Amino acid sequence: MQQVYVVADNIVGPLGSTTRENFEQVLQGNSGIGLQQNAAYAAAPFYGAMMAPGQLDTYTAADNVDGYTTFEKLLVASVRSALQQTSISLADQRTGFIISTTKGNIELLEQQPEGAVLPLGDMQLFTTAKKIAGHFKAANQPLLVSSACISGLVAILTGKRLIEAGRYDHVVVAGADVLTRFVLSGFQSFQAVSAIPCKPFDANRTGVTLGEGAATVILSRDNSNAAFSLGAGAISNDANHISGPSRTGEELAAAMQLALKGSGLTTADIGFVSAHGTATLYNDEMEAKALHHAGLATVPVNSLKGYYGHTLGAAGLIEAIISMQAMKQGVVLPTKGYETAGVSMPVNVNNTLLHTSSAHFLKTVSGFGGCNAAMVFNLIRD
Amino acid sequence: MNSESAYITGSCIIRHNKVYGNGGLLWEAGQELELPEFLRAGYDRFSGQYPKFHKMDALSKLGWLAAEVLLKDTRVPLLPPEQVGMVLSNRSSSLDTDLRYYATVKDFASPALFVYTLPNIVMGEISIRHGFKGENTFFVSDAFDTALMSSYPAQLLAVTPLQACICGWVEVMEQQYEAALFLVENKPDGMARPLTAEALSSLYQTNK
Repeated sequence: MQQVYVVADNIVGPLGSTTRENFEQVLQGNSGIGLQQNAAYAAAPFYGAMMAPGQLDTYTAADNVDGYTTFEKLLVASVRSALQQTSISLADQRTGFIISTTKGNIELLEQQPEGAVLPLGDMQLFTTAKKIAGHFKAANQPLLVSSACISGLVAILTGKRLIEAGRYDHVVVAGADVLTRFVLSGFQSFQAVSAIPCKPFDANRTGVTLGEGAATVILSRDNSNAAFSLGAGAISNDANHISGPSRTGEELAAAMQLALKGSGLTTADIGFVSAHGTATLYNDEMEAKALHHAGLATVPVNSLKGYYGHTLGAAGLIEAIISMQAMKQGVVLPTKGYETAGVSMPVNVNNTLLHTSSAHFLKTVSGFGGCNAAMVFNLIRD
Repeated sequence: MNSESAYITGSCIIRHNKVYGNGGLLWEAGQELELPEFLRAGYDRFSGQYPKFHKMDALSKLGWLAAEVLLKDTRVPLLPPEQVGMVLSNRSSSLDTDLRYYATVKDFASPALFVYTLPNIVMGEISIRHGFKGENTFFVSDAFDTALMSSYPAQLLAVTPLQACICGWVEVMEQQYEAALFLVENKPDGMARPLTAEALSSLYQTNK
């Protein structure tokens, strides 16, 4: 089957505007999470990984984005930076464009004065996707993936399949979500927001910390400049509850096993698992069970939510990109916020840097609607 | 993708307060019914024994109802759970429910509404109802993309464990709504036509 390679990537968020800036911050143990005091989001202070005032405008100063929303600026900054690393162009008929997001321009809903006519057209996801595609003079209509918190990884898997099917030679996969009052109030209504920076897999975890950002990977059938090839990916559904994860973790485990098998690998080949690790009680418990079912209980596992918060539709992309950087350096990143084992099935989670000589990692995500996804990434040795 | 190994084996289209199964009119409700009343009447007509229906938002109710009609008398419920999946799409994502949810934020944000502010929840509800554990993905596009909705499910039937996939369109925005779900399988059954963009388009345009 046609191999698919990752030939460029970018992360734009509180920790920087390039993959390198972001990875250096994470490697130093720095987090984008801070205490936010802004009555436009919530009456009480909350922890969130948010862009500093003016940060995004600095990143997009040369991008011609007057009148663009925060969501659109994030995407433009990320896609432009990734495209600059290659000769691949969105204006090429053979280049596809996939955008992943959960809430897109929902910020517009919050910016309207009471009683104003809502700009419903601009709030439609396809409207903003077309605007971004137009910004880059894209030859093809953008595809939009909106599958809750698994969207980013699903978008990568979709791009891979479209190249395998011969539909495109290259696919630009970009994802973004903005931390809004809309999303914050929703997670707060579930009592699911942690009062302190999130503590994935920890005994004292009490919920998520939200984040915002964008990330892009450029996929290609051409391996020049590629450090990674994509292994197999898989998606499953719990068929159990729309807002609570599986009781057994068997469905996420099934996706993990399909990804391993489809990649021709066994659990012994996997250097680490980059888990979803949202730090809610139920999610992390479910993931621990899934790791056991899949035979991955002793493999090092981490969650990057302590650095980025939960970036929703961007999470799978951001965490896959940081994990690729870690594997290139031969390290397993610590799980920031983790201190004391706190899931019923023990897993190999650490708060210190580990070393690995493996060339394969597994990225997993899970989300509302009972959805799970898992995908293998393979380091190409020089 | 080669369409020889993928077939459209059933369809359910719901629009203009009418329900069509495999192209034929199954039921027609009064045109005066607004969407919530129409969905309730459709539930009574085609199911009536699933209390969880009443807590769903309009998008999930519509997709759930179309799936009830689509799957009746098919072999799909007999397949292993991990071999049935979904690829659905629409125009307005969950915007209709987003507006309803945000209207509650000023006073007391509603968790019951917030959970429906994602378009893929309708796939979760259908999966729960029928026990489907195969893969599912939700796409958003300004119109029903018959090219994507034929080629991508065909590829899934060829390269994943899926033996059957529900694909199509489920859209709600205020009083505008439309569902067009298709059952696609890797074995011919039922109405069995090769899965192509033209075939999907033709079925979708009928009774439009």
